[in-house]
Amino acid sequence: MGLIKDTKSNILTTTVEAAVNWGRKNSLWPMPFGTACCGIELMAVLASRSDIARFGAEAIRFSPRQSDLLLVAGRITIKMMPVLQRIYEQMPEPKWVISMGACASSGGVFDTYSVIQGVDQFIPVDVYVPGCPPRPEGLIDGLIKIQKLVEKDTFSNYSKRK
Amino acid sequence: MNPQVNVQPLETEKMILNFGPSHPATHGTLRVIMELDGETVVKATPEIGYLHSGFEKLGEDLDYNQYVTITDRMNYLSPICNNVAYALSAEKLMDIEVPKRARYIRLLMCELSRIADHFLSVGMQAVDLGAFTVFLYGFRLREDIYDLFEIATGTRLTTSYTRVGGLMRDLPDGFETAVLDVLEEAGKVADEIETLLNHNRIFQKRTKGVGVISKEDANSYGISGPAARAAGIDWDLRIKEPYSDYEEFDFDVVIGVNGDVFDRYLVRMEEIRQSVKICRQVLDKMPEGEINIDADSKFILPPKDDVYDSIEGLIYHFEQIMPNRGMTPPKGEAYVATESPNGELGYYIVSDGSRTPYRVRTRPPSLMNYSIFSKIMTGRMISDAVAILGSLNIIAGELDR
Amino acid sequence: MDLSDLTTRLQEKFPDTVLEVSEENDEVTLQLKGSSILEILSFLKADGFNFLADLTAVDNLTLGGNERFTVVYHLLSHERVERIVVKAYVSEEKPLLPSVESLWKTADWQEREVYDLFGIEFESHPNLIRIMNPDEFNGYPLRKDFPRQGRGERKDFPIVERMTRGDRE
Repeated sequence: MGLIKDTKSNILTTTVEAAVNWGRKNSLWPMPFGTACCGIELMAVLASRSDIARFGAEAIRFSPRQSDLLLVAGRITIKMMPVLQRIYEQMPEPKWVISMGACASSGGVFDTYSVIQGVDQFIPVDVYVPGCPPRPEGLIDGLIKIQKLVEKDTFSNYSKRK
Repeated sequence: MNPQVNVQPLETEKMILNFGPSHPATHGTLRVIMELDGETVVKATPEIGYLHSGFEKLGEDLDYNQYVTITDRMNYLSPICNNVAYALSAEKLMDIEVPKRARYIRLLMCELSRIADHFLSVGMQAVDLGAFTVFLYGFRLREDIYDLFEIATGTRLTTSYTRVGGLMRDLPDGFETAVLDVLEEAGKVADEIETLLNHNRIFQKRTKGVGVISKEDANSYGISGPAARAAGIDWDLRIKEPYSDYEEFDFDVVIGVNGDVFDRYLVRMEEIRQSVKICRQVLDKMPEGEINIDADSKFILPPKDDVYDSIEGLIYHFEQIMPNRGMTPPKGEAYVATESPNGELGYYIVSDGSRTPYRVRTRPPSLMNYSIFSKIMTGRMISDAVAILGSLNIIAGELDR
Repeated sequence: MDLSDLTTRLQEKFPDTVLEVSEENDEVTLQLKGSSILEILSFLKADGFNFLADLTAVDNLTLGGNERFTVVYHLLSHERVERIVVKAYVSEEKPLLPSVESLWKTADWQEREVYDLFGIEFESHPNLIRIMNPDEFNGYPLRKDFPRQGRGERKDFPIVERMTRGDRE
């Protein structure tokens, strides 16, 4: 009872899960895997006008070990795919993946021998952002969708870790 | 009496360092395997092809106008330059001359994208060296130019603005004043960036005398564009082999002295100012008239309004796009070189007389510019790799195709 | 462009190897047998064509031509502002050409590219390995008999499963 008396109204009841998810969703650390044109629009999202910092995701980390959101932006070729898989595996759990643009999602216009027809064949993808390349607004929308996924995440999911 | 000190270099075991392909300074897809002695690079072996997407194979299956969309995705810092280079090459093959207004608009758009390209490449180079502000300043202007592209072409980045025999559409009303505003701003931003960088001790220390390319090496390695001009080679295709009416405008070729990273930066900054100058002249002299060649020539698609609103237009459109009909160039080949922001960008098209090209080859400036990396990296420190890569402005889409 | 003087000298000096000299749209094209490419290009380089602008190949499978492959060299003279196209024919049975890397360093990567995409080999090239495709890639993609969508290379990867949030809807 002393506690309530001391803190007066400064109390909030929530679950640990909700508190953690709230923190997590507002401080996503993206790992940009920008290979082609989408990489340039990704830069535009980071730069002055669109400013991804408004959504707490400006801490771009080029080390997969420090990030929890993989942004696959651009076409992935047969030479690049093993690298992408390695990077995905190096990211710590929990992690989310955005497939940005037509090429990453489906191969786009590049129906050729060397372009992977959609990275989701080989790594899990959470959100697809359409466009060739998507506008910065599109990517921000994708990020908000990821935030909603993070919000719904439950700890019980983690117990399934292999 | 001074004791004689015998200084001997400390021999250490060589170490192999893998740099890339996912590394912030390699802009996505470049990989360099470096052999190190301490922090000195003994040997640097670039490995490319991480973005090899089969552009040239794809070109053999798409018709002449469809391939324009693919050229956008080659050098995505300045897509319109690629559109124009490809269109010029296809037009040379078909022996078409586009109207003067189309040539002027193409030129204006090329110069605008050159400004945007140089701002971004200088900005990225500065980010790699720790000067984030320059990137933000440069990108602010780039966004303004994106807006112009969006007004004129409908998209920010993948413009697909040219058609064989003309342009996708004419400039909208009020475009001139919008361009003038951006040009005004471009001059200011260039000044701001130069104020931040030119006398910056850290920037100077990391760029002066680093990555020096000699004239002989530049010619031997096929270097073109700002990298060659920084090395003192007086070669600019806009002046030497003028295309799209460049000869009618007054501008200077920017030439460096030392051929180092700092000179390449200075050349780019000055080229921005020259491009601004060209753009102003183009706007002054912009002629009225058609933007496409005569529809009877069978080399141009009809305007979309006609296609949607009239049966004749629809029939004509189908005639143009159906197999074995429409636009079939004569058997032959053409190579046109243009001065893209990175250097000589050429398209070599071989036609067998059918509606798709037999072979489309891009002469990518990035490939040649990057091939010298190994040579200028030898004997330098690891940290110079970042400065040199930034200054060469390697675009993976164009490098690997 | 007036290159007639040069072409006559070339034909005099290499009577057996120069197959055809043509001039069209201000463009001079030399067609020759592949084996003598190094001598001809050395001659042209000494004559002022100091810049190898482009080196590429064309597969003549359905186009028709003297041989299966043409290797195309675009040379440029900075001083005289002239271009010349040199085409060397290479047969299908023995796709081998002398490397011009000793004349221009830029040929190093471009010849590797031609080797990677067309399977044409270059004699005395310092490091003739694949450049664009992975080392284990099978076939030469820009040959006309290679399918555009490949032969299943792009499907040949292990699948990485989602590790934790497997049952999320």
